[in-house]
Amino acid sequence: MEKIKSLADLKRIKENVQTKIDLREKSEQVENLIQIKVAMATCGIAAGSKDTMNYFIENLEKNGIAAVVTQTGCMGYCYAEPTVEITKPGKDPIVFGHVTTERAEEIIQKYLKNDELVADIIPVNFETI
Amino acid sequence: MSYKMHILVCGGTGCRASASHQIITRLEECLKEKNLEDEVQVIATGCFGFCEKGPIVKVMPDNTFYVQVKPDDAEEIVNEHVIKGRKVERLLYKDPEKKEAVSDSKHMGFYKKQLRIALRNCGFIDPENIEEYIAREGYSALAKCITKMKPEEVINEIKLSGLRGRGGGGFPTGLKWEFASKYQADQKYVVCNADEGDPGAFMDRSIMEGDPHSVIEAMAICGYSIGATKGLVYIRAEYPLAIQRLKTAIHQAEEFGLLGENIFGSNFSFNIELRYGAGAFVCGEETALIHSMEGHRGEPTMKPPFPAESGYLNRPTNVNNVETLANIPAIIIKGANWFNKIGTERSKGTKVFALAGKINNVGLIEVPMGTTLREVIYEIGGGIKNGKKFKAVQTGGPSGGCLTEKHLDVPIDFDNLLASGSMMGSGGMIVMDEDDCMVSVAKFYLEFTVEESCGKCTPCRIGNKRLHETLDKITQGKGTMEDLETLKNLSRVIKDTALCGLGQTSPNPVLSTIDNFYDEYLAHIKDKKCPAGQCKALLMFHIDPELCIGCGLCARNCPVDAIVGERKEPHFINTAKCIKCGACMEKCKFKAVSTR
Ligand SMILES: Cc1cc2nc3c(=O)[nH]c(=O)nc-3n(C[C@H](O)[C@H](O)[C@H](O)COP(=O)(O)O)c2cc1C
Ligand code: SF4
Ligand code: SF4
Ligand code: SF4
Ligand code: FES
Ligand code: FES
Repeated sequence: MEKIKSLADLKRIKENVQTKIDLREKSEQVENLIQIKVAMATCGIAAGSKDTMNYFIENLEKNGIAAVVTQTGCMGYCYAEPTVEITKPGKDPIVFGHVTTERAEEIIQKYLKNDELVADIIPVNFETI
Repeated sequence: MSYKMHILVCGGTGCRASASHQIITRLEECLKEKNLEDEVQVIATGCFGFCEKGPIVKVMPDNTFYVQVKPDDAEEIVNEHVIKGRKVERLLYKDPEKKEAVSDSKHMGFYKKQLRIALRNCGFIDPENIEEYIAREGYSALAKCITKMKPEEVINEIKLSGLRGRGGGGFPTGLKWEFASKYQADQKYVVCNADEGDPGAFMDRSIMEGDPHSVIEAMAICGYSIGATKGLVYIRAEYPLAIQRLKTAIHQAEEFGLLGENIFGSNFSFNIELRYGAGAFVCGEETALIHSMEGHRGEPTMKPPFPAESGYLNRPTNVNNVETLANIPAIIIKGANWFNKIGTERSKGTKVFALAGKINNVGLIEVPMGTTLREVIYEIGGGIKNGKKFKAVQTGGPSGGCLTEKHLDVPIDFDNLLASGSMMGSGGMIVMDEDDCMVSVAKFYLEFTVEESCGKCTPCRIGNKRLHETLDKITQGKGTMEDLETLKNLSRVIKDTALCGLGQTSPNPVLSTIDNFYDEYLAHIKDKKCPAGQCKALLMFHIDPELCIGCGLCARNCPVDAIVGERKEPHFINTAKCIKCGACMEKCKFKAVSTR
């Protein structure tokens, strides 16, 4: 073990280990962050929702967007899988259909960054917990 | 690629007792089977404060809060929650009022009103991994003190924060550090008081188990401020898990160079050792604690001299409680002006309480000073169990007193509790309902005091014994009005003349129950009745002739043949013979037997 000999050493170690608890710290304040739920039931996984989820996780960070990505069960839109529900703080959730990795990129650039809506939004009229 | 999901499993004493470590093993096995070990991380944390419903498993990022999880549930959590994103409904915490499952911890009344400073990392990080502590700004406070602040500046910051001791006395921490810093000596000591002797209190244990580094960091900060290079933790040997976690933490801090010589390249050095206590309540008193560490009998001595002047091995010694220390790093990082905005005029910050008794959510909670008892009992505690009526809440343990209905809206802080006839103590909070007998409650605490008195001074050794005998006499229905006067007078004498804090506060439970529940004492003494129906000797068993059908079942079960009656005719209890065992009441199918 290399000893910590200065404030700078401590800061460097802190930066290196920050990712270990990032997910937990974000979840503590979910209500202030963008929440992205990827439907990960059988049909979703078959349609590639796993790639979608990974894409979001990797690229949100690159784009400097603070968000929490979780998976949910079947949302009932099997025809439009992979489906993704996005809730911006203080706004109603929006469900996007057919979210391939390309579409995920489009959502990041347009909706998440600039609040522009994209095609293929599924109307939702129910409350979820 | 970082983990997508974290599963936090409580590794505190409470949850480990129900095999939480096996849940971890099972979860890891199941994840491996599904090739998910790189996507989902399982972490053993410290106590969530919800031990009664343990083992606790929390899934993040969705904050799902599972209670009473068994190792066999691991598979379902992985298959349903992790893979399919469906929460396992039957393991979710149920709201005690609405009886509905609560989807995540953000919606639990238990956590809503809490503000966690001392417990900031408990149930959040892996206490055996120093890196997780560092990621939570751990050791940044120590770094800031050593590299950017002079010792006096650190002391001033603590003074400005308004932090007062959480071990019971409520003495201003900054002032205490200043005293210790003023004395010159070849060696000074920082002592962490982890004796925690109040019955039912476990906040210090939880902090040491869940976030040991916060205590270590604070001790080093204290050492830097007062000019000490040695730290000692006095911990009871009955806390094996806390001891093990502290040892691991000290070892890791040494490896990282955060304890030892020339910390952060400065000329400040600091080391910490553990000292074990045998679990005597009086050894929590600082002078007794110091004698015990020196290898002498754990008996208190007169103050002054205060430990700050002459403590361990006659050297200047600063003694602080675990929870007090756990607040220090947060104060240094966020600033005294952040801390002193929380709380009330003269009590700053938060306090951890061990909520127990007849309450729905039993557990460890941390609330800002100034929170009312009503908020604690009804919002965080979820109200009284089984819809019963609230009667009293005991705070301050064996040194404290009972508060009643009329105190429910008093903002909790050091001074308000004292003014209401109780005290903060170390933070025990036992809620009582209509079925609790207050004379018995006072007797219970006196029993404890008699047991724990060191015997050095007469008022405490003999006086408390007499108090206990008199209380016992009253619960037997043999008390007189003179006894009540004796209780009051003797209590005052003990308070005035006992040598240490144990004796000086031990009559408080008696005085406060007499003050608040005078009628209940009268009922025991004059009417020979226990209104709560707890004092066995005062119970009268009685058969209601209207309800009794004369089946004879009670008579056959009475061990002393106290029940007589013809078949199919109402039966009677011979109260002179009855030994009040309650068998008849239990057996009667027609609810004809009652007590009055
Ligand atoms: C009988 C008795 C028992 C005590 N037990 C404890 C204890 O278990 N833990 C503790 O921190 N302080 C205990 N104290 C208080 C200590 O004497 C001392 O005031 C405290 O450790 C100082 O730390 P603080 O200023 O951080 O509260 C006890 C005091 C008395 C009189
Ligand atoms: S008050 Fe009690 S515990 Fe304290 S010194 Fe006297 S006998 Fe011992
Ligand atoms: S068991 Fe009940 S009903 Fe039967 S004789 Fe006794 S009191 Fe009466
Ligand atoms: S309480 Fe026990 S001793 Fe008394 S009458 Fe009933 S069974 Fe008999
Ligand atoms: S020990 Fe697990 S919640 Fe307290
Ligand atoms: S023991 Fe006391 S009210 Fe009964």
